[in-house]
Amino acid sequence: MTRRLGLVLPILLIIGWEVVAIIVNNPFFLPKLETVIPVLLSPFSDVLGTGSLVDNALVSIERVVFGFALAAAVAIPLGIGMGRFSVLNDFFDITLEILRPVPPLAWVPLALAWFKIGIVSIVFIIFIGAIFPILLNTVDGVRGVKNTWIEVGTTLGASERQVLTKVVIPGAAPTIWTGLRVGFGISWMCVVAAELLPGPTSGLGYLIMYAYNLGEINVIIAGIIVIGLIGLVVDQGFKAVEKRWFGWRGLER
Amino acid sequence: MTLSINDVSKTFVSDDAETIDALSHISLSVNNEEFICILGPSGCGKTTLLRIVAGLESASSGSVSVDGIPVTRPSPKMAMIFQEYSLYPWRTVEENVMLGLELRGVNKPDRVTAAEKFLDLVGLKGFERRYPHELSGGMRQRVAVARALAIEPSILLMDEPFGALDAQTRNRMQYELLRIWEKTKKTILFVTHSVDEAVFLADRIVVLTQRPGRIKEIVTIPSVRPRERTSDEFGQIRRHLLDMIKEESDLVQ
Repeated sequence: MTRRLGLVLPILLIIGWEVVAIIVNNPFFLPKLETVIPVLLSPFSDVLGTGSLVDNALVSIERVVFGFALAAAVAIPLGIGMGRFSVLNDFFDITLEILRPVPPLAWVPLALAWFKIGIVSIVFIIFIGAIFPILLNTVDGVRGVKNTWIEVGTTLGASERQVLTKVVIPGAAPTIWTGLRVGFGISWMCVVAAELLPGPTSGLGYLIMYAYNLGEINVIIAGIIVIGLIGLVVDQGFKAVEKRWFGWRGLER
Repeated sequence: MTLSINDVSKTFVSDDAETIDALSHISLSVNNEEFICILGPSGCGKTTLLRIVAGLESASSGSVSVDGIPVTRPSPKMAMIFQEYSLYPWRTVEENVMLGLELRGVNKPDRVTAAEKFLDLVGLKGFERRYPHELSGGMRQRVAVARALAIEPSILLMDEPFGALDAQTRNRMQYELLRIWEKTKKTILFVTHSVDEAVFLADRIVVLTQRPGRIKEIVTIPSVRPRERTSDEFGQIRRHLLDMIKEESDLVQ
């Protein structure tokens, strides 16, 4: 029922959009539905000579996967260390607190200066965007592991290493997963934003910016819809895993 | 098996450098297969004493030894059962019980056999695949007991294990514990603040004073079992214990 209720607004928005588009009657301002749908319905055919929607989406996804995986590979071990050993936390904390409020896109000029135009710069921006939510959630998750759980492990004979693998990591996993989910969302925003900037010659961000230059507003809207749908699907995937594996969270007794 | 506590004292230093004397010159030697209850007003350091015996905390002076070997960290000869929240919510009942053996590298078939045996002993046959949050408080403590027994310790350390249970479940668990104790022949050190529980369970009751905890008296209980909670004999012992506890509690007020 709530699912159905949730569909009402998108339908109203589409109807409203079509009505306004007909009234305005200016494809350079608001294109009609019937010019956007064909773009979406033929995802494998070339769009404005930039490659197909699917090609561009795959390029963006590839960049995100690189940057995101790199961020997770750094943030999870670091976060576990910081959560477990206050020395590490004290060592890194101030530095990270200063860097954290800097918007990922503020690193763009520096990224270009260091890595030139290309995939490395984009991956770097995604990395910066994703690392903080993953790191902070990992630290929180590790700190939230109940002391009793650790002591039970110790009294049952767990070594320091086993405490980590059998108690701390599984106990922190749901919160780490939340960090990954949030981090992925930010990565996706970062890749599109980074592709809007001068330099890239492919990707969904590039596609919609290129479409803007050609005045193809219908392609921009189609691109935005694709960006939104990919973000949605991935997020649902994260949620499904959460439900399947980490359903115990909040049920500790 | 011999467990001896030799002149153990414990002083905590708080963050603002105040020192708190928790335990003062405790000596006790526990016989093989004996059931000892440590009874005292809240804040008397009885849990601290148990944690020192378990090797989770170190004594400021004095020592604990098992079979003549000083305890400096958790020993495989002892297993501890905590008040609550000690089961791993991401593991099934069976996986919780198998943990100690898993940490020792025992192979899966043997772990499963052991889990089956001890779950049967605590009356939880058929609950192997359940998760802790699906069980009642009493059942969860049974799992905790099975998990402790699975590493085949000679000493069980129990820290108010039934403190969070309702009165009826608590009585039931006391019966069950005696049954298991008689069957498995463990030495038990059981911390409680309930006079009734101590009189029902123990061979000897060690009464601690208000902080810093010292041994006020060791009361030996006639060894008949099962005990009639309302009999005159136990009524007198209970009165004697209650008087002592009241005397100690009144000192703080």
